[in-house]
Amino acid sequence: MSTAFEHPTYNYKVVRQFAIMTVVWGIVGMALGVFIAAQLVWPELNFGLPWTSFGRLRPLHTNAVIFAFGGSALIATSYYVVQRTCQTRLISDKLAAFTFWGWQLVIVLAAITLPLGFTTSKEYAELEWPIDILIAVVWIAYAIVFLGTIQQRKTSHIYVANWFYAAFILTIAVLHIVNSAEIPVSAMKSYSAYAGTIDAMAQWWYGHNAVGFLLTAGFLGMMYYFVPKQAERPVYSYRLSIVHFWALITTYMWAGSHHLHYTALPDWAQSLGMIMSIILLAPSWGGMINGMMTLSGAWHKLRTDPTLRFLVVALSFYGMSTFEGPMMAVKTVNALSHYTDWTIGHVHSGALGWVAMITIGSMYHLIPRLFGGIEMYSVKLIAVHFWLATIGTVLYITSMWVNGILQGLMWRAVNADGTLMYTFVEALEASHPGYVVRFIGGAFFAFGMLLMAYNVYMTTRSIAREQEPVLQTA
Amino acid sequence: MDIGTFRGITALLVMIAFLGVVFWAYSKRRKQDFDEAKNLPFADEDDQKIRDSSYTNDRTTSRQDEGDKNS
Repeated sequence: MSTAFEHPTYNYKVVRQFAIMTVVWGIVGMALGVFIAAQLVWPELNFGLPWTSFGRLRPLHTNAVIFAFGGSALIATSYYVVQRTCQTRLISDKLAAFTFWGWQLVIVLAAITLPLGFTTSKEYAELEWPIDILIAVVWIAYAIVFLGTIQQRKTSHIYVANWFYAAFILTIAVLHIVNSAEIPVSAMKSYSAYAGTIDAMAQWWYGHNAVGFLLTAGFLGMMYYFVPKQAERPVYSYRLSIVHFWALITTYMWAGSHHLHYTALPDWAQSLGMIMSIILLAPSWGGMINGMMTLSGAWHKLRTDPTLRFLVVALSFYGMSTFEGPMMAVKTVNALSHYTDWTIGHVHSGALGWVAMITIGSMYHLIPRLFGGIEMYSVKLIAVHFWLATIGTVLYITSMWVNGILQGLMWRAVNADGTLMYTFVEALEASHPGYVVRFIGGAFFAFGMLLMAYNVYMTTRSIAREQEPVLQTA
Repeated sequence: MDIGTFRGITALLVMIAFLGVVFWAYSKRRKQDFDEAKNLPFADEDDQKIRDSSYTNDRTTSRQDEGDKNS
């Protein structure tokens, strides 16, 4: 029976492992997010313990959703896409297995060390130096498996999705290694190799490009395979995909300094980041338009196919947040939005709307195929999940827009004599309703992931049962 | 060289690089290559084995589908 699961050419085992862990880590990471959102509504939920305080759980949430959920999804789909579009098996099953177990070990170590308070204090790069070394080793192994598979391809072309995946893998390796340069002083404590403003710039060069390459280029790779597959027509313009690929990866590198507006960073570097961020709108929308237009003539499929709906709504949120991002990078807008909840809303419009939805849509396409079927156990449940995810995202981002603008305006309001009109705590109190709505939105989204887990479990079970007599029942 | 000239030259070089990519991508000679590459997601026949005849990746059915204005 288990042989029916095995593809004659491709290595589906490692893809299945990463795909299942995508769902698992998605639930863990999002549940953590809902919990810390609840802490902002009811601070008593910190329990007065250091290990469960917001400051320690928040990096655990971000690491879990970005690297555990997002990372597993990217590795799963990249291994699947590279095999199918290069028509060859992964270059090494052993090395692929190493990337799976190595990556899971990194995640488990993060889940242990972050609540214990071990941190470099660099956002999205909190893990301490021994784990950083492990990440580098696993990532280089991943690069070898992926690029080696491309090298031994049976097709003459390298499909555009693989370009995006390759750019993401190589850039993340460079970013991680450069930004994690640190001097260990004990087994679990290190200091950054950079000092002062340069450290801040290195950090946000890393931070912004982690968004640009992991959360954008990687997921665009996913989009370029799964949108055409689910819509059953090739991508709208292959030429546009090439132009926007080169434009995107060239421009993204220079935009990181917009995270440091009005800081000690030299003014010219801030302006450079701002201008590059505005230019970035063009290649971002090139990708969005290319994905959307792939559906021309197939829009009717949205009525019956909730998986396709996930993919298309993901593209809409991608277009929205890549418009919002350049706007927020403009210094005068940033003066209002920075350090407020607007930033968190923007991040989640990208993270829930784009990253999670494109992942969920791709998983609903991928998972039944990995187990030898073509359809999930329940299409109705996918539709329910779609609405939970959409409503959850909208609640989340609208509440954070309101909170962000409210905070920005209250913080900058001054009396005639130049004193501040509001104390910080007054702005915090005014944010309370927004925090409640955000908690509800997050809970919607996380609940949808539980439905997905049930649907995935039932899919693997029912396909396994169907396959007993004959393979042909779809 | 003063900084203004340097910035001007940099902007020009970036523009030339961008236009280079555009002309390369949109040149007629590349068309056939890109059409082949574009269809790579549908090139491996794996799905067809498990799909029944009414639901295939065959390009002719897809083309009929493209003419479908039911949207």
